[in-house]
Amino acid sequence: MMGLTFYIAAAIAVIATVMVITRYNIMHALLYLVVSLLAVAVVLYLYGAPFIAALEVIVYAGAIMVLLIFFVMMLNLGKESAIQEQQWLKPRIWIFPSLLCLVLLGELVFLISQNHQPPSAIKVVDPKAVGMALFGPYMAAVELTGILLMAGIVGAYHLGRQKEKTLHRFLEN
Amino acid sequence: MNIHPTTAGMLLAGILFVLGLISILVRRDIIFMLLSVEVMLNAAGLAFVVASAHWGRADGQVMFIFILAMAAAEVSVGLALILQLYHQLKTLDSDEAAKMNG
Repeated sequence: MMGLTFYIAAAIAVIATVMVITRYNIMHALLYLVVSLLAVAVVLYLYGAPFIAALEVIVYAGAIMVLLIFFVMMLNLGKESAIQEQQWLKPRIWIFPSLLCLVLLGELVFLISQNHQPPSAIKVVDPKAVGMALFGPYMAAVELTGILLMAGIVGAYHLGRQKEKTLHRFLEN
Repeated sequence: MNIHPTTAGMLLAGILFVLGLISILVRRDIIFMLLSVEVMLNAAGLAFVVASAHWGRADGQVMFIFILAMAAAEVSVGLALILQLYHQLKTLDSDEAAKMNG
């Protein structure tokens, strides 16, 4: 049974990624990328990593995608963007990603109701083992990751700051 | 249809990675290039988790968590850079940045 669910989720991931790289509109691409990440989350769940699947949904499909969407919306402000939004949100834009998401949802409901057991070739690694490894032998790497995130925050703040316009005082008016 | 699960997962990771690579080579819009990097990082993480499931060890999943944190930091800095580029050049065309001289 793992076979069919895996192939469906993998097909959705590949189709959605192909749609991402062939879109002209960045918003449509982001929509498909969210679907692709959700499909990969289902694949991760099938490979005995439920904790990682949850992280994929929360951090990748949640936080990173929302960051990108906010950024894209920030770039085109103004009245045209509302009209553009209206043009973008036609049914033929959102119906295909929604269909793909519905297939994924059906698969998830099916897996949960089946009390799914992965095949013998796949060994389930429970979150406890991940936590023990993360805060045992990988402790230094976790701290370095914290420093990396700190560097990311400082870098984004520094780069994202608008340079204030310094006109000469005689040129001001 | 009877592919070994590890082989199938690695194939999926490879396909996703190559799609991201094609996108980053073909597209000229700089946000699309950032998205392609995301797709490639995600594919690499998937490969790690598949390997983790194959050996029954937690190390692959630990690596996925590190990739996740790195992707978050990379996106925030990358978006700030794109914002600066957009303010400087008024476009998102990455070829325009080739004309930038310090």
